[in-house]
Amino acid sequence: MTPQIEVEGVSKSFGGVRANREISLSVPQGKITGMIGPNGSGKTTLFNSIVGYHPIDAGSIRFEGQEISKLRVPQIARLGLLRTFQQTRIYSKMDCMQNMLISLPHRNARWGSMFQAHPPEARERAERLLEFVGLYAKRKLISGDLSFGQQKLLEFAMALMNEPRVLLLDEPTAGINPTLINGLIDRLKRANEEFGITLFVIEHNMRVIMNLAERIYCLAHGELLAEGTPEEIQSDQRVIDAYLGAH
Amino acid sequence: MNVETRRLGLYGLLLGAGIFAPLVFPAYTSQVAVLWIMILFALTWDVMGGQMGYNSLGNILFFGAGMYISAVVQIGLYYDVGEYTSAFGAVKVDWTMSQYLTGIAVGLVAAAVISALLAVIFGWIVFGLRGPYFAIGTLGVAIAAGELVSAWEWVGAGGGISMPVYPGEPDDRSLIFYFLSLASAVATFVFLRWLYTTRFKLAINAIRDDEEKAEAMGIHTLRYKTVAWAVAAFFLGISGAIFGNMIGFIEPLEVAFPTVTFGIFMVVMSLLGGKGTIWGPVIGATLFHVIKEVTWTHLLGWQWVALGLLIIVNVVYFQQGLLGWAQDKWPELFGIVVEDRDRAADGSGGDDAGAARRAAE
Repeated sequence: MTPQIEVEGVSKSFGGVRANREISLSVPQGKITGMIGPNGSGKTTLFNSIVGYHPIDAGSIRFEGQEISKLRVPQIARLGLLRTFQQTRIYSKMDCMQNMLISLPHRNARWGSMFQAHPPEARERAERLLEFVGLYAKRKLISGDLSFGQQKLLEFAMALMNEPRVLLLDEPTAGINPTLINGLIDRLKRANEEFGITLFVIEHNMRVIMNLAERIYCLAHGELLAEGTPEEIQSDQRVIDAYLGAH
Repeated sequence: MNVETRRLGLYGLLLGAGIFAPLVFPAYTSQVAVLWIMILFALTWDVMGGQMGYNSLGNILFFGAGMYISAVVQIGLYYDVGEYTSAFGAVKVDWTMSQYLTGIAVGLVAAAVISALLAVIFGWIVFGLRGPYFAIGTLGVAIAAGELVSAWEWVGAGGGISMPVYPGEPDDRSLIFYFLSLASAVATFVFLRWLYTTRFKLAINAIRDDEEKAEAMGIHTLRYKTVAWAVAAFFLGISGAIFGNMIGFIEPLEVAFPTVTFGIFMVVMSLLGGKGTIWGPVIGATLFHVIKEVTWTHLLGWQWVALGLLIIVNVVYFQQGLLGWAQDKWPELFGIVVEDRDRAADGSGGDDAGAARRAAE
């Protein structure tokens, strides 16, 4: 089976800083794949390259066999390859329901779709997903007034509303209190199992990523350092050195 | 009496006031006609500035464009435009009533459609700009348009155009333009009120709150931005065509493209009433227009100082405008509440009585 995302020899520099150097990796369909690495190792840069946020200098990125490295952000999003942001981003002056309703998939949106009313099915789905992340009671509140953790949950629910095929999550548990983290891990797993969404997760919290991912890539200094199962990664001396600063 | 009946009653009352105002207070017909144009200004500015977060300082462009397009169409239907304008009003043309009315009807449609097309074209150029750069960019386009028309001989250049003269009683004339102004403002309100119930509103609100996020979620941002500006330009074009005929004489800098008066008033009126709402611009425009007319009458010489003061108080103490301030103070009235499924179930129990009771609250 061909992998859902195939990254091959991708390089990206910002001025003199080589943020990604010839990185190759693949994300298998229907699985949860992790990516770790010290701060500044190029994880978010790679995410940005995949979703078309900036052009890459070299290499190729394929999504379900289609070359996407020349496409732009909204086009890639409409293919079903969606990302969440490290600094949570929601529509802060709108209420939660409105945030959800406008996150409907825009895959088949025509000019006429702009002027459609919100179908009742969409409302029901939005309410169900808000219930799924535990925000149903707050659905009429302005989303910018929610706590940071709740905003992260809302962003996750919005991503699910978009019916993605692959979801790239940039540090989903950063800034969330430890008791909520367990609930979030559970929900990520359920999104993967019940909705069949492939997940590709950047995470600093080792407990979380070891728990979640079936396969993990480790970046350091813009290069791919190691890959393997959580057990292999945990016992890999190069990974330990990278995190403890032996380089 | 439920909410819907009360709302319809309110609309009926306002519409009735609008229809009977010139009959009851004929002395104020032209002031109230300008009020309707001001409401249209504020409503159309708010589509971009309030709902979408793109503060255009150049929307007056479409007002002036509509005015000139309509003038050229009205004259051009029955006469040679270049010859008419080069004579600076010395050409005496007698329009028959049917010619005059046909000209206005065709002129209004052309003004609306071509202004909307202009918005599509200019949007393609300036939508790459964000924040203050967009504001200054649009301002530049509007000023440039005024200067270009000032140098364009065929449309009378700086000398302007005398509009076709109404072939009937002056009182009928002012009533015709009063009701055209009223109809254009009502049409704008009704159209936007419908538009804001669709996906369109949430999409442009999303662009306002975080355009990068909107793109990352796959929203066709450029498409929505273009349509938003075209909608504003469509109605502004109509208002320009009506206003030009109402004034009777048009020229580029003071009447058609007045960037520092009407062009800024539209922004101020939206901010005053509360941007990003449908009633805010209406309330803001009404308040602003009344204050402006009163100060012009009773504080002549100080009228600009008074307006400046109003703007300062508005942006320093009421940045959200009157409606925004009210929403901050009484959020429950605007439906911003915590509501549990349990409580909702207790309240309604799935029956109609509960739903009706909630609606009546």
